[in-house]
This record gives sequence, C-alpha cells and structure tokens, in this order.
Amino acid sequence: MATTATPPVTGRPPRGDDASRRPRRVGLTQRLSRWDVKVSPYLYISPFFVLFAVVGLFPLLYTAVVSVHDWGLLTGQGDFVGLANFSDVLHQSFFWKSLRNTLSIFLLSSVPQIIAALVIAALLDANLRAKTFWRMGVLVPYVVAPVAVSLIFGKIFADQSGWMNTLLGYVGLGPIGWHTDVLSSHIAIATMVDFRWTGYNTLILLAAMQAIPRDLYESALLDGATRVRQFFSITIPMLRPTLIFVIITSTIGGLQIFDEPRMFDQTGMGGNDRQWTTATMYIYELGWTQRNLGRAAAVAWLLFLLILVISLVNFTLTRRIATDSTRPARRKKARR
Amino acid sequence: MTSVPAVRQTAGAGAARYAARRAHVSIGSERRPRWLTYTLLTLVILASAYPLYYAFLLASSTSAGIVQHPIPSLIPEGHFIENVSRVLGADIKFWQAVLNSVIVSVVTAVSVVLFSTLAGFSFAKLRFRGRGPLLVFVIATTAIPTQLGVVPLFIVMKNLHWVGQLQAVVVPGLVTAFGVFWMTQYLQSALPYELIEAARVDGASMFRTFWNIALPAARPAAAMLGLFTFVQSWTNFFWPMIILGSTNPTLPVALQLLQGTYFKDMSLIMAGVVLSVIPLLLVFLGAGRQLVAGIMQGAVKG
Repeated sequence: MATTATPPVTGRPPRGDDASRRPRRVGLTQRLSRWDVKVSPYLYISPFFVLFAVVGLFPLLYTAVVSVHDWGLLTGQGDFVGLANFSDVLHQSFFWKSLRNTLSIFLLSSVPQIIAALVIAALLDANLRAKTFWRMGVLVPYVVAPVAVSLIFGKIFADQSGWMNTLLGYVGLGPIGWHTDVLSSHIAIATMVDFRWTGYNTLILLAAMQAIPRDLYESALLDGATRVRQFFSITIPMLRPTLIFVIITSTIGGLQIFDEPRMFDQTGMGGNDRQWTTATMYIYELGWTQRNLGRAAAVAWLLFLLILVISLVNFTLTRRIATDSTRPARRKKARR
Repeated sequence: MTSVPAVRQTAGAGAARYAARRAHVSIGSERRPRWLTYTLLTLVILASAYPLYYAFLLASSTSAGIVQHPIPSLIPEGHFIENVSRVLGADIKFWQAVLNSVIVSVVTAVSVVLFSTLAGFSFAKLRFRGRGPLLVFVIATTAIPTQLGVVPLFIVMKNLHWVGQLQAVVVPGLVTAFGVFWMTQYLQSALPYELIEAARVDGASMFRTFWNIALPAARPAAAMLGLFTFVQSWTNFFWPMIILGSTNPTLPVALQLLQGTYFKDMSLIMAGVVLSVIPLLLVFLGAGRQLVAGIMQGAVKG
C-alpha cells in the first residue's frame, strides 16, 4: 500500500456511490474504469516500445538479412548471396583501414578526454566564487553542432595557412600535414571530439565528486594525505560507477563517429589514402556512394559486433582497475 | 545531519540546493581556492570559447585576409554583415534549412517530453505486471548502437516514400530510452502517491490523473529533457544527411553543402557556421543553468 498506488482499492468507494445513484450505468462505468486501470500502464509505456521495435530493433536485426543479399540502393533486393558481402568486405584494405582509424581516433580522443575531465572536475569541485559561471563556461562547446566544430577545426588544422601550423612556425616547428599524415589527422579529429565533449563529461564527474562525503577528505587530511594522494585514494575509487558509465557511453558513441571526420575536408571521403575514414563513414560510402546496401549492411553488422565486444572488455577492465585502486584504501581503513 | 540527497527526496530540489550550499559553508576547513585554480579554469574557459570567437573573426574578414593572417587579430574586421548576406544568398536553401531545423527540433522535443513523461509516470507510479523487467529493458536499450541500423531504416523510409521528407527525421526520434528513464527517476521522488490517490478518489481517469497531476509535477525535469532533446536534434547530422539530402536540408546538412560548394571561401563558410551556432548560443545564455543542473542531476541519479 505504501509502496505502490493501487487504484482499484482506492477507486472503488466513489464508484459505489455513483452506482447507487445511477444504477443503469454501473456495469459500463465500472468495466471501463477497471479496463482503464489495467490497460493504461501498458498503453503509456507502449509508444517507446513500439517505436524502439520499429526504428531500433527491427533495423538492427534486419541488417543481418540485408547483409546476406545482393541489395542495391536503387535496384532493391536481389539474390541471396550468403556470406559473399562479408568476404568481399573483409578483403578490402579500406575496411581494415576504417577499423584502424576508428579505434585510433577513439583512443586518442577518449583517454585524454577522461583525464582532462577528471582534472577540470577536481578544479571545479573547490569552493569557487561564481560557480555557475565556471560550470556554464566549460559546457559552451556542447551546444555547437559537430559539423560546425569540424568546420572550425578543419581551418585551425589546415595544412596551408592554418592556425596551428602558423603557431608552430613561430616556435620553429615545421608544418605538420594534418590532412595528409595518418596520426596527425587522427589527433586533429580527436581534438574536435574532445572540444565538444570534455565539458559535458566534466560536469558528470563533478556531480559524482560532490556526492563523495566530505568527512572522507577530512580524515585523510588528519592522516596527513596530500591533495594528490587524496585524489587518487579517495576521489578516483569513489567515482568508479560514474567512470564506468562515462567510459561505456563514450565507447558506444566514439566507435560510431561520423560527423567530425566526414567534415574534415570538403570531399568527405576521409583523405586521399583514406587516412581518416571511420567505419561509419565506410558504411555510408558503400551504401550511398557505391550504392551497395548489402555490403554496407555487412560492415554495419561487423561494427555492431565489435562495439559489443569492446563494451564488454571495457566493462570488465574498468571494473577491475577501479576495484584494484579501491583495495589499498580499504586496507588502510581496516588498519585504523 | 541529513544528507543532501535525502533532502532532495523529501523536500525537493530547491531545499536540496539550499542544504548543499549550507553544507559547503559549514565545513570551515575548506578555504577558498587560490589563484592557481582560477588561472587554470580561465585557461579551460578560453580554450572552449576561443574556437567560436575564431570562427567569428574569420567570418568578419575576407578570404585574402585569412591567407595573410592565419592567426587573426582579436579585433574583428568589418565584413561580417557582408559575409552573412552572402550566406543567405548562397545556393544552399538557408532559410528553408533554418525552418526545417526549427520544426524538427521543436516537434521532437515536445514529443519526447510528452511520451517520456507518460511512460515515466507509468513506470514510477503505476503497478503492473512486468514493470521491473520492462524498465531494465528500456535502460539496456541505451547501450545499443542503433545508428548501425541505418541501412534497413533507409529501406523502410524509401518504401514509405519518406526520403527527403521531414517526418523521416522526426518519427524515429519521437521518444527516447534516455527520456523514459530520466522521467521515471524524477517522478519516483517528485510525485507523491497521495496526490494520485486523491485524484483517483475524485473520479479522475488515468489519463486525467496524468495530465492534471503528473505532468505539472514533472515540469522541472521535463524542461531539462526538452532542452537536451532540442540541442541533440538541432546538432544531429548523420541521419538527416542520409535521408533528407540537399533537397530539403536541416542546418547541419546545409553547412555541409556550403562547405562542398564554396570550400575555397573560408569567410563565407565561417559566416554560415556562426549563423548556425547563434540560435543554440542564445538558448544556452537563457537556459545554460538548467543544462548544467540537468547533466549534474542525471549523473547522480543515473
């Protein structure tokens, strides 16, 4: 009774009242009302489930069907070809390049991003003046569309007369081929991702930091722990669930990256030698430029499996790392 | 001493904020940070603001000027209006793109808020068989990379003859798992059972109870969800590009066209970038506080 509203019980008395006054409508009203109580909960959650089934689950599963058919963008469904699309794709060097690029950009963006977000969150966690100003300040890039971010940073990282190369020139470093070199282009794209998302993740981590009981820090202070020691022995272990959340969501998003690399130059092909083509860009190229939806579906399905595997690895890994760093803290507490 | 989350549960968000502020003050040992913290934070803020200002500087100069001064001086030149009018005259259907972006973002935001609150009300406050597992299912779907279903989704839209039509972008986003989860979390603590029971005793139907009791109670969380959804659909690119193309673009798609057509004319492209960013910057100035609070609350609860 205290935990859930049970409308049938609470709803009956007035309806009984009603019944005595207007006996003829009892049956219908009561039946309608009971039906209302029984069906409404399902009715209210149904939009999500129906929509998810139609535009989420079905397309994902049907991707497998498309991937084993000859399927043109304009010609539609063709013959069943078995695993031919998969073996074709696996023999393309561009496929492997796109996977390499996706993973490289993902690592180059997410690792510095999480470290930066942790540091900035620790800075914001102090007893600052004008808190809201600083918090809003780090979130500004979030409202800029990735497409716009990419156009801006595409110019900052332009090979000729770009902002970064000019700056490097002032300090005597040679121009870097941001659009020609593999690693450099990945760094440029990772910078765009971090520009937009670091502030967002900072605020998530900041919220979790503020939920850490302050007396933990006070007793650490009494034990003579430095601020750095406090950060590694209290803050990081206490952030474990939030860190796992941030890492998993950035994995799922990061491995599907499309907007930033697509807009990095005007052709959107990922460079002459496909230096920065990502897996999602490759799906687009196969499906909508080469008009081969069957092969595009094969790559989509492979990427889906890859994301699944990496998410699981990620999950167990973060769990273990976080647990390891918790242990010393626990031991210390026990000793006291 | 009651904890801040406990206050949030019992007395609402406002009281929780007050308690948090008081808790901060009462810890005497925590001094104001020194200048180093402020210096570092200032650098962070500059790093997040400079690229936008840089875009404005380029949008205020000429292509020749950009080649001469790759690092523009901090004082803008006077060509901004001229460049903006060139964007408006460019062959990218700019006004149509703005209109499309507004339609898509507003419809999506309103619909997500409405359907998510409805589902959140049901999950948080109504009793039905399978409630727990269904909620777990909703949360689990947030980990599914649905973007990878583009190929069949495109085939479906093609068969519906929706290619190039706004509903092809709007319909897949009408309700999100994140929204349902978010509203469930909020309504669990913000909507007392007594209110629902009172409405039921007065003979209100389920939907009436939702409309008159749950929806008003959900207003703060609904506003945040609406904001996030708006930002998300305004900045969305991948699916609109595939399904709408250049014939009926949203703003990000139009920006791509601008880049593809006028890629040598940097001041023109940057003027387009600035134009596309301004609406959301205005939203941010008005409601940035709510965005910050939304992210931070979502983090604690999620």
